[in-house]
Amino acid sequence: MAAARSPRTALRLQQAAAFAVLCAGAALFSVPFLWTVSTALKTNQQVFAVPPEWIPRPAEWANFQRAWTELPFPTFVGNTITITFLATIGQVVSASLVADGFARVRFPGRDALFYLRLSTMMLPAQVTMIPVFLIWRELRLIDTFAPLTVPSYFGGGAFTIFLLRQFFLTIPRDLDEAALLDGESPLGIWWRVLLPLSRPALVTVVLFSFLGHWDDFMGPLIYLNAMERYTVSIGLRMFQDMFGTQLELLMAASLIHIVPTVVLFFIAQKQFIRGIAMTGLKG
Amino acid sequence: MRKYGNWGYVFILPWLIGFLLFTAGPMLASLYLSFCKYDLHTLTWVGARNYEVLLRQDPLFWKSLTNTALYVLFSVPLGLTGSLAIALLLNQKVKGLAFFRTAFYLPSLVPAVASALVWQWIFHPDAGLLNYGLSMLGVKGPQWLQDPKTALPSLILMSLWGIGGSRMVIFLAGLQGISDELYEAASLDGAKGWAAFRHITLPMLSPTQFFNLVLGIIGSFQVFTSAYVMTNGGPNNATLMYVLYLYNNAFRYFKLGKASAMAWILFVILLIFTLVQFRSASKWVYYEGGEKD
Repeated sequence: MAAARSPRTALRLQQAAAFAVLCAGAALFSVPFLWTVSTALKTNQQVFAVPPEWIPRPAEWANFQRAWTELPFPTFVGNTITITFLATIGQVVSASLVADGFARVRFPGRDALFYLRLSTMMLPAQVTMIPVFLIWRELRLIDTFAPLTVPSYFGGGAFTIFLLRQFFLTIPRDLDEAALLDGESPLGIWWRVLLPLSRPALVTVVLFSFLGHWDDFMGPLIYLNAMERYTVSIGLRMFQDMFGTQLELLMAASLIHIVPTVVLFFIAQKQFIRGIAMTGLKG
Repeated sequence: MRKYGNWGYVFILPWLIGFLLFTAGPMLASLYLSFCKYDLHTLTWVGARNYEVLLRQDPLFWKSLTNTALYVLFSVPLGLTGSLAIALLLNQKVKGLAFFRTAFYLPSLVPAVASALVWQWIFHPDAGLLNYGLSMLGVKGPQWLQDPKTALPSLILMSLWGIGGSRMVIFLAGLQGISDELYEAASLDGAKGWAAFRHITLPMLSPTQFFNLVLGIIGSFQVFTSAYVMTNGGPNNATLMYVLYLYNNAFRYFKLGKASAMAWILFVILLIFTLVQFRSASKWVYYEGGEKD
């Protein structure tokens, strides 16, 4: 019975148990990473050895070089960065404008429109996918970056608007009034007051935009045809078709796709956690 | 609150245009297309034929819907429970929290294609990590992705690698928002441990739970990349997911009318799910101060 122990001992026991479970869980969740790195450093003969050798000797560092050059991964990375860059600018500019309107300006129908905006989060992309594809086809812009970037300039996505709106709601309104008295136009307030104060939120938007585009598969799959325009995700998929049995190369190529996201996380942990917490909680 | 005439509309204009151009317009167009036969060349009105064919004569439609429903049925509750469990653990005062949080969170950052390739290798029947692990426990592992019986469970299992991601962080933020006073008050009334969890933590977390559930179901219904990359729907259509079949109809077989009808059926299913959840929310979702939003 708990009554037999002092509350402090009970707490200690609870913490010790939590610590043990956390250790086991963390190990379990990390194993796939270790397995991937380990495979990426093996020779093709070592890959299929049972039991597996976790630390291959000697390590085949050349696998990374081959994975990087067998298919033009530098081009894929460049394309992905170009798409991300173009889309992110659109996302930041248009979403912050829209969020400003929803958070800090009063106008008839605002709340109804905001709920309409939120409800489109529930709309499965497949409902609009085919007609949107037909629009780009009609404009002869299939196999360009336009379908993957231009839509970002029209609101920047429900998630982004929501996140920025939540952040804007926390900025004191007196600042707007003061700027208005100083003769700022509404757009001036957005540019010179709101945006500079929202840097942390904007950093979060840029982060998630990068991750979204780095990860995106269906978009590039539908819209990009020529290999010189492939993104990393599509390139990796093609790599699978060509080198599927050479698992050491496949894992090395996968790591090329994985590592930037992990590095980014270590650089910007706080923004990640804050950004998610801000959009997940009720506003 | 600033009030300056119609500036509000100017601010939201980008979204309004985008909404008409990329959401409302295409929605109507796809509804129209769903009543047509269209192969990128000729467009013919066929009435409800696409829906009839799908619902009455297309076993693959039902197969893909069943596969997806099973996937949702298991991956969402398991994922939510797992996310909550991790959040509860990370909400304890133990050493190394930052390390643990990172270890659980990182898998959710792995891009979908890379994750699919890594897990395909983990599931390898002869030299894969999973069957090696099982063999150490004296169990002969199954064929995983290569056996129609275990292929779908494999995808569900793989989806659980990401449970430490944003859903968990949202739970954690929710947990940290519950005031200690509530627990202290409850403790004076004799509610500790499980009772406190049942009567304080769960009700206070229910809005978060609700948010995660609604978005979890919508997201899981649209599972695509793992099935496309790892199995391409096989073996024997065991992992033919709804959106994969829709994609195949649209961009492989160029049956754009049929694919549009599938999109609308999916939309209606998700709409019903979401409405039922919102309806039932008043019974189990607790909003502090009694207000609902």
